[in-house]
Amino acid sequence: MRRSGSPFTGVGVVLAKEAADYLSGARMWVLEALVSLTAIAAAYAAILSIRAHIGESPFLFLRLLTMAQDPLPSFIALLGFLIPLVAIAIGFDAINGEFNRRTLSRVLAQPIYRDALLLGKFLAALLALTIGLLSLWLLTIGIGLLMLGLAPGTEEMIRMLGFLLATIAYGGVWLALAFLFSVVFRAPATAALAALGVWLLFALFWSVVTPLIATLIAGPPQGIFGPNIGYLHTALALDRISPNTLYSEIALALLQPSTRALGPVLYSQVQGALLGAPLPAAQSFILVWPQLTGLVAAMILIFAVAYVVFQRQEIRA
Amino acid sequence: MADEVVIRARGLTKRYGATLAVDHVDLDVRAGEIVGILGPNGSGKTTTILMLLGLTEPTEGRAEVAGFDPLRDPLEVKRRVGYLPDSIGFYDGLSARDNLAYTGRLAGLSRREIDQRFAEALERVGLPDIGRDRVATFSRGMRQRLGLAEVLMKQPSIAILDEPTATLDPHSTQEFLGMIRTLKADGTAVLLSSHHLDQVQSVCDRVALFNGGRVALAGSVTELAHRVLGGGYVIDVEARGTAVREQLAAVPGVVRVAVLGPEFYRVDCERDLRAEIARRLAPSCELTGIRFAEPSLNEVYTRYFDELRHAA
Repeated sequence: MRRSGSPFTGVGVVLAKEAADYLSGARMWVLEALVSLTAIAAAYAAILSIRAHIGESPFLFLRLLTMAQDPLPSFIALLGFLIPLVAIAIGFDAINGEFNRRTLSRVLAQPIYRDALLLGKFLAALLALTIGLLSLWLLTIGIGLLMLGLAPGTEEMIRMLGFLLATIAYGGVWLALAFLFSVVFRAPATAALAALGVWLLFALFWSVVTPLIATLIAGPPQGIFGPNIGYLHTALALDRISPNTLYSEIALALLQPSTRALGPVLYSQVQGALLGAPLPAAQSFILVWPQLTGLVAAMILIFAVAYVVFQRQEIRA
Repeated sequence: MADEVVIRARGLTKRYGATLAVDHVDLDVRAGEIVGILGPNGSGKTTTILMLLGLTEPTEGRAEVAGFDPLRDPLEVKRRVGYLPDSIGFYDGLSARDNLAYTGRLAGLSRREIDQRFAEALERVGLPDIGRDRVATFSRGMRQRLGLAEVLMKQPSIAILDEPTATLDPHSTQEFLGMIRTLKADGTAVLLSSHHLDQVQSVCDRVALFNGGRVALAGSVTELAHRVLGGGYVIDVEARGTAVREQLAAVPGVVRVAVLGPEFYRVDCERDLRAEIARRLAPSCELTGIRFAEPSLNEVYTRYFDELRHAA
């Protein structure tokens, strides 16, 4: 049966209220402080190292994000680690919190569809995450400007902007997952644990699991005549199920311009190439386009599953 | 327009897997009428309410609320219906105003309308000065009143109140019932679900008794009493004059006359004899009141379920 009225009626109202809640809530401030402190510390440590080598690289600002300085990992490694946690922390009680506060039936008794509530909440959470990441991005560039005394070039800015977009999409995947679990589980603690479980799987165990599965599917890594290409492709495909892999590949290609390929490279592919020479930004974007669309598609897919589950739920508290 | 049916359910049915939660419910509520729905826990009251609001989909049957199908036009229905859920929740970190402004904006009210209606609604529910206070500091009773204020802000043609007095103390309950009566006075149709039979009886024009997902009985309390308690009609008569008791006893169809007080008689009859009694007393007595004695809904409810248990 076709319903009358737009499913988007009320999305703006929900978005405005939820975004205000997120941005003014103590939880968001704590998370932002955590991410900002660690990421800025990593960038600062990288700057100290870069200052000794000014003039050696045309992409100093990119090195600011990629360079690790003991004991701190690089800025991008920290983001890759912390962004899922921030996204899960924002979204794990988005819907079950409404059930538990007993506000869901009150809100849905207003002339809006459930679609609007879920979409408005998700967009608000994504907006809050984006504002946080944008602030961090600007802060890092500001620190770089002050401490290096140099302005980033156009190419660097384009690459860093691409990286920011990829980080938002990466955060969006984990946010959608947190929303899914907040719809599936009535207890927020269970939803948070389930999301953290998936994060642990991809962050720690996925790289252990994929070679085993790849071996089962495509045979051992080494063939009689050298590396087993089938195995390499299978392992890579499995690896790329993880959003962490997709994100790290995007970071690698965008922030290290000399990266010419992501995955196994044959001799025929690098014939004539100047090793270490940077790719133009457009070429790097072409290189990471599948990964970027993969992240966005994963976000939409997981959100769609959450949407279907939510539509089928009874709203009684 | 007083007889206009604003809620009409026909054969409304809801199944959850093998469980039949609501079983072919027929229900009518007219404009400006207060209808109570009663029944034990799990008898299908709240599920019926959710189906009327378009918040859950019926398995069978259809409903019409304010002239719209809740399944096809849920937004139109929800624009016209104010709903107070059985256990109302608010965003504790927000003020009373911000909570109601949020639902007001969702209901499509402008900022000006929200400001104006919010003040009026708070005044009506007896909470005029709490607009800026955080809801976290509110007692249950205040939250319930705030919920009613939300319903009032919407200025609905139908109010659906699910167990609105369940958590209130006796004094607050009486005040709350008074507020429900003012809704009726405004011409709003009210569907009231409650376990408190005396409260339902004191405010409702008609009652629907739910049992096992069905409407087992429906009608005014007097009609239900006649069907469940049996034994004919009971009429209270207030009259002054000579030999009133004897004259009443002489009316054909009168079974028994009891004197309840000076000039106050209770007459058990086989049928509705109000007209005959009035005619009989008119020549020699001054008749100051004649009405059906209000039977106790509590008695009707208890007797009905006792008989069901015995039959089982």
